[in-house]
Amino acid sequence: MHVPVEGFMYPNEIELQWSVLIVLYPFITGLVAGAFILASLERVFRVEAVKPTYRLALLTALAFLIVAPMPLQLHLGRPERSFEMYLTPHRTSAMAMFGFVYLWYLLGVLVVEIWLEYRRDIVALAQSSTGPKQWLYKVLTLGSYNVSERAMQIDDKVGWIITIIGIPSAFLLHGYVGFIFGSVKANPWWSTPLMPVVFLFSAMVSGIAVVMLLYMLTCRLRRTPIDMRCVDTIAMYLFYTFLIDFTLEMVDLIHRIYESDESFRSLDFMVHTKLYFSQIVLQILVGTVTPLALLAITQLVRLPELTRKRIYSFAGVLTMIGIFAMRWNVVIGGQLFSKSFLGYTTYKMGFVTREGLLPAIALSILPFIILWVLVKILPPWHEETALGQAAHGD
Amino acid sequence: MSMTRRHFLLLTAVAAAAWDSIIAGTPEAASSYNASNHWYGMLINIEECIGCGSCVRACQLENNVPDGFYRTWVERYHIEDWQVESPTVDSPDGGKNGFPELKETGGKNFFVPKLCNHCADSPCTQVCPVGATFHTPDGVVLVDSKYCLGCRYCIQACPYGCRFLNPTTNTAEKCSLCYHRITKGLTTACCENCPTGARQLVDFKNPKDPIHEFLKTHSVQVLKPYMATKAKVDYYGLDGSVR
Amino acid sequence: MKDLKDGGHLLRLAAVFVVVFVAFLIARAALVPKGFGKYGHYRPEALAEAMDKPLHYAGHEACADCHSDIVEVKSTGKHKGVNCESCHGPQEKHVEDPASVVPAKLEATSLCPRCHTANAAKPKNFPQVVPEDHSGGVACDTCHKPHSPVIEADTAEVKK
Repeated sequence: MHVPVEGFMYPNEIELQWSVLIVLYPFITGLVAGAFILASLERVFRVEAVKPTYRLALLTALAFLIVAPMPLQLHLGRPERSFEMYLTPHRTSAMAMFGFVYLWYLLGVLVVEIWLEYRRDIVALAQSSTGPKQWLYKVLTLGSYNVSERAMQIDDKVGWIITIIGIPSAFLLHGYVGFIFGSVKANPWWSTPLMPVVFLFSAMVSGIAVVMLLYMLTCRLRRTPIDMRCVDTIAMYLFYTFLIDFTLEMVDLIHRIYESDESFRSLDFMVHTKLYFSQIVLQILVGTVTPLALLAITQLVRLPELTRKRIYSFAGVLTMIGIFAMRWNVVIGGQLFSKSFLGYTTYKMGFVTREGLLPAIALSILPFIILWVLVKILPPWHEETALGQAAHGD
Repeated sequence: MSMTRRHFLLLTAVAAAAWDSIIAGTPEAASSYNASNHWYGMLINIEECIGCGSCVRACQLENNVPDGFYRTWVERYHIEDWQVESPTVDSPDGGKNGFPELKETGGKNFFVPKLCNHCADSPCTQVCPVGATFHTPDGVVLVDSKYCLGCRYCIQACPYGCRFLNPTTNTAEKCSLCYHRITKGLTTACCENCPTGARQLVDFKNPKDPIHEFLKTHSVQVLKPYMATKAKVDYYGLDGSVR
Repeated sequence: MKDLKDGGHLLRLAAVFVVVFVAFLIARAALVPKGFGKYGHYRPEALAEAMDKPLHYAGHEACADCHSDIVEVKSTGKHKGVNCESCHGPQEKHVEDPASVVPAKLEATSLCPRCHTANAAKPKNFPQVVPEDHSGGVACDTCHKPHSPVIEADTAEVKK
């Protein structure tokens, strides 16, 4: 496959190594981390207003976390050897910690927290449902049907501790991805101590946005009124988190322009040409400045409910596009220029290939399918459970 | 490449031992090789390189390198009007079949062969998540293609662009300094086939190595010294424009 | 201690984790390559495997065993630094079985220009010509002996 090259690239650099799947992976783990942080807002920081999204946020995090390793597996030259990361992890490699951080976060944090949160419902459903579903719930109870007041208190306390542990765990789950890029001294587009921080904040932005969108969407689908106090609060957190994220990215940009080191001319040219649409148009204008402006308006001006809903939805979608574009610009952008600073290559994305667009789209849709299944098994909405009224906290 | 009679006889003795091990065929037969007595690198003399591409062809034949990928390659630099900061560089098919004549006349022109620098403090081995790329006790950076996952992190981490993913094995690959040759007392395929002696294997630990004298009396540099990878491929005559 | 009764489900959860962890340790013990870490963070067999790859180039010392006369001629001429396989190609198979594996006859017109075609980037003192102008299509080895390429009459002329 002939790849058009402008200028000079080292012969082995011409073909990109990390594809759209590697763009997708940090996007997905970012959503996981962000959704979890939103959930922890209620659980730990007692922001009561966002309680309606608590369970949905946890399930969203789980749905995306299940899909997270899939783009990596598809990308590996030898996916059948991926378990080697568990056998002989190389302690100097940030990537080696993936397997353990992932497993820890999945099993030690998310699954435990969801189990503790849903235990009362699981026990009730194990007794009330029929057929194969009953078996599922019976297994989920782990054989314990104790839902006494004291047991519930213990669950609450332990769940709180898990969330406390979960916050730095979520930071680690996504922060290490930023470090994977940020610690590569060979690549000046990636190498910056700001990288893990920028990744984290953009993760929180995307996670908050996706839960907000999902909440509004599911309320529409279920024909229940949207809790505006909840959504207004989420939008406020989205706005301020986004502001911090934008500031960090601008600091990086201004710093690069000011210092103007060896790589700058080459990178600057790349941003103005090859990366113009995805960086200037999609990431900055459409994906950051516009949603920030829209959210700012809602924070400053008193607007009617319908207008706010529309703005939140629109800003949320733009945010998701912007954060995806950010991952694209980091991963793909970092491979479009030559390390000789003398040339540029092109990313040839296949369609029905192992690392092509089709698998990327499929993996983007899959979490929502999984979420749909999870919502069916563990309904987040208290009104639909037999014990909806007696649910803790309300 | 000049050789004293004594050196020639020494090499013959080593070649005889190497011959035995070739006949024997198993690594155990070559166990007389003690890795801790060696510390390998390479010397590349820019003033001698004629850009014939013999090294690139030889490496491909010796190591089964797939087309379109390069364990070693040659770049040609053209510097117009002393513009050291903006050279024009080309490397048609890695220089494998030589170089067509330049369209621009004048200026400063020269060839730069490149390969893995077998860095003593390599970022590639640092980032490998499983230990599929490593340093041998004699200073060669190798890839264990039976263990490599093909995650390509090492390829990203190499500042010199010397690594690639082999499309047949789907594992990372790069120059192995012809480890299967040098541990038998032979030199690398590229050095063996370089007609001008522009490429020379160096054993920094061997006091009888003829290159030591050159290194002591000439100024040598490594590529991208600011990367601090402790690169072990020394260049003589390296122009400031070389990237 | 009445907490223990109400916290029983947590013990069950902990038990599940312990079982999974132990299963992981057992799998790990079985699957980690033997001797991994002996010399460093890699499979020790990888060293032997790297040493064991097949040779294609025999190396010039091998040629001298049988072709010492040619080596002698070459060692006094301008090509003394050009190793045999540089022109003749990989000859390990020939060294292993000299009678059956015979190196192909080389064709000078396609071989010599690989190094000696003039190019602005070549060192100035390196002998280079534009083949067409230099020989007018005549094969290079008509006048130049590859193992000792300098034409003696010319050298004598120059010395005068």
